[in-house]
Amino acid sequence: MTAVLEKKPVQVAPKEPRRWKGAALFAAVAVVALVVMPLVLEPFRLGLLAKYLCYAIVALGIGLAWGQGGMLTLGQGVFFGLGGYAMGMYLKLNDAGGDLPDFMVWSGVEQLPALWAPFRNPVLALAMVVLVPLVVAALLGTLVFRQRVRGAYFAILTQALAAAMVILLVGQQGLTGGTNGLTNFFDFFGNDISAESTQRGLYLTVAIVLGVLYLAAWQLVRSRFGRLLLAVRDGEDRVRFLGYNPATVKTITFTISAVMAGIAGALFVPVVGIISPALLGVVPSLELVVAVAVGGRFALAGAVLGAVVMGYAKTYFSEELPDAWLYLQGALFILVMTLAPKGIVGVAGALRDRFRKEAAA
Amino acid sequence: MRNLTWRAGAVAAVLVTALAACGGDPATTEGTTSGGGGNTIKVGLLHSLSGTMAISEVTVRDAELLAIEEINKAGGVLGKQLEPVVEDGASDWPTFAEKADKLISQDKVATVFGGWTSASRKAMLPVFEKRKALLWYPVQYEGLESSPYIFYTGATTNQQIIPGLDYLKEQGKTKLFLVGSDYVFPRTANKIIKAYAAANGMEILGEEYTPLGHTEYGTLTNKVVQAKPDAVFNTLNGDSNVAFFKQLKGAGVTAESMPVLSVSVAEEEVTGIGVDNIVGHPVAWNYYQTTDTPANTKFVEAFKAKYGANKVTSDPMEAGYNAVYLWAEAVKKAGSTDVEAVKKAAGGIALERPEGLVTIDGETQHMYKTARIGIIQPDGLIKEVWNSGEPIKPDPYLKTYPWAGGLAS
Repeated sequence: MTAVLEKKPVQVAPKEPRRWKGAALFAAVAVVALVVMPLVLEPFRLGLLAKYLCYAIVALGIGLAWGQGGMLTLGQGVFFGLGGYAMGMYLKLNDAGGDLPDFMVWSGVEQLPALWAPFRNPVLALAMVVLVPLVVAALLGTLVFRQRVRGAYFAILTQALAAAMVILLVGQQGLTGGTNGLTNFFDFFGNDISAESTQRGLYLTVAIVLGVLYLAAWQLVRSRFGRLLLAVRDGEDRVRFLGYNPATVKTITFTISAVMAGIAGALFVPVVGIISPALLGVVPSLELVVAVAVGGRFALAGAVLGAVVMGYAKTYFSEELPDAWLYLQGALFILVMTLAPKGIVGVAGALRDRFRKEAAA
Repeated sequence: MRNLTWRAGAVAAVLVTALAACGGDPATTEGTTSGGGGNTIKVGLLHSLSGTMAISEVTVRDAELLAIEEINKAGGVLGKQLEPVVEDGASDWPTFAEKADKLISQDKVATVFGGWTSASRKAMLPVFEKRKALLWYPVQYEGLESSPYIFYTGATTNQQIIPGLDYLKEQGKTKLFLVGSDYVFPRTANKIIKAYAAANGMEILGEEYTPLGHTEYGTLTNKVVQAKPDAVFNTLNGDSNVAFFKQLKGAGVTAESMPVLSVSVAEEEVTGIGVDNIVGHPVAWNYYQTTDTPANTKFVEAFKAKYGANKVTSDPMEAGYNAVYLWAEAVKKAGSTDVEAVKKAAGGIALERPEGLVTIDGETQHMYKTARIGIIQPDGLIKEVWNSGEPIKPDPYLKTYPWAGGLAS
């Protein structure tokens, strides 16, 4: 029964004549996100939307690595966490003034660990948000892709990394806050972090960052590099025979997706007010991959849409049916996947083609 | 083609349902202030109804719902009925923070009863402090905290851990081995235990942590047995206790040869661990199902009548049940649900509860509670063998214990 949807080859780069349509759609979404939403939504709901948009940034990275590059990464939580903790450490030190952060006091730490020292400086901390995921992903990618680890092995490896990261963070309570994570922040670059104006500003920042990263990713996919990436996904050995090094292409893409996750993590911390191991383990990493699948992994817009839709679904179901929401969330995923294996965007695309065909007939 | 339309329609229907959450529900967000308005007062119940903590937290929610039902039957508070708004914390700390915010800013509840793990409390604390709303936290915890917007109805360390150590010392157990789950409560508890041991001539032979949910205890049991301690102080949480006590029994450890004092094993957990594996071992709490007070007879009867005759009652459940009554009493005294007025009125409120007399200490917002040591019986219930005689004044920062000087600095 799925033949209708699967006959058509996957199309990623939009055709030239339709380019203005994409731009118009992007502009419309931007207006809704930047103007309409802050006016319509109450502060609490706007905060939630900001959280979903943070997840959407991670999803965008997954869409790039998995949808375009064929690298199923089940451990984006690691990079999300690295970015988040970098931001959290700065905020914690900033709030503590010259003293130790609160959790170190009750964990029996007497001196600020050397690892924390660079995060006193806001500029350095923000640089770390990008640099740490970048370096980790580049190293990992170089090691793994050169050894031609791919498919399920790569997926398992990234998942193991997420599990290991959680154990490491939980075990080092004095250094990381353990299971509690880092929370109870007050000041965000001179603003009261919980003030409505700060939160609105944060929402706008997240939305703009998402927009900029989306355009950058879109440009990347359309470029020669993007074509190469698709080629690697669909026939890695052929690309190698043509004289390209697939390992380099994959490492670069994986690193970009990791940096996106890191930036998302850093934005998430002031928006939500906490970063803890529970946010970056196997389950949240998988949830994001599920969201990308629901939205449609072959289009970047699908990844973003999926993260927002699944975020809303989670909030909505859990508020309406606190006892049974997990089943509903699962059912939503199964329903979308069985009825529309290419996700929401895939259905939209198929409908559009159908109407066009009818109009032509 | 029809096929496609149908599928697209189905997906669209699902999405529309999901997106309907977008605007929130205006009916619940307008009109009421501070849970007042209308004929009801809204109160939030925020516990994990899914995830690893659900098995424990659902029982506390049930006890809180029972208290609300009883109060409503007796005429409510300030002539209004209490209306519970239940949310799921999902055993996930950021979710606790999100749902707390939702209860306060969307539902405008007058107060929230919720939490179990310290991590969930730490995640909710900034939300309650910034929104100037009230949280009633019903579980014994590691102390070193006193938020102006939290009332702690469970024990702090000087009402559970220190009496537990006093009991072991009385029994002549001077060499201890510490076993705990790897998170803030066991680590802080063990820090206090070590300071106590140093001041009381006791010896700590070892200190081991395992991740939450860990179930492989062969190696750890060997370490404990080889160290030959007089007793083990156990701060393991949840499922881990099942594996740990089974392994210990397998290694030939009995309650007589090496008692394991637990501070997170109550009636509910005994059933899960299997009575055979844990019978005879001591536990430290402030309340047992067998505690002999008139209020407790009523509580146990009412709970079994509502939820089933095979249900047990435990310390955190009783503390959650108390929290609702204590808050209602403070509201009556204040004549309003206004948070600042309730806080002011709460100090000094004393009620006869299932565990005995409970008094709110206005300064720390903790309770005066009687410490009780019990021994697990073959029928799965716990028999009290020692108590502190009178309710102990809460001292979350252990300021009155000279040996604890360096802990809270």
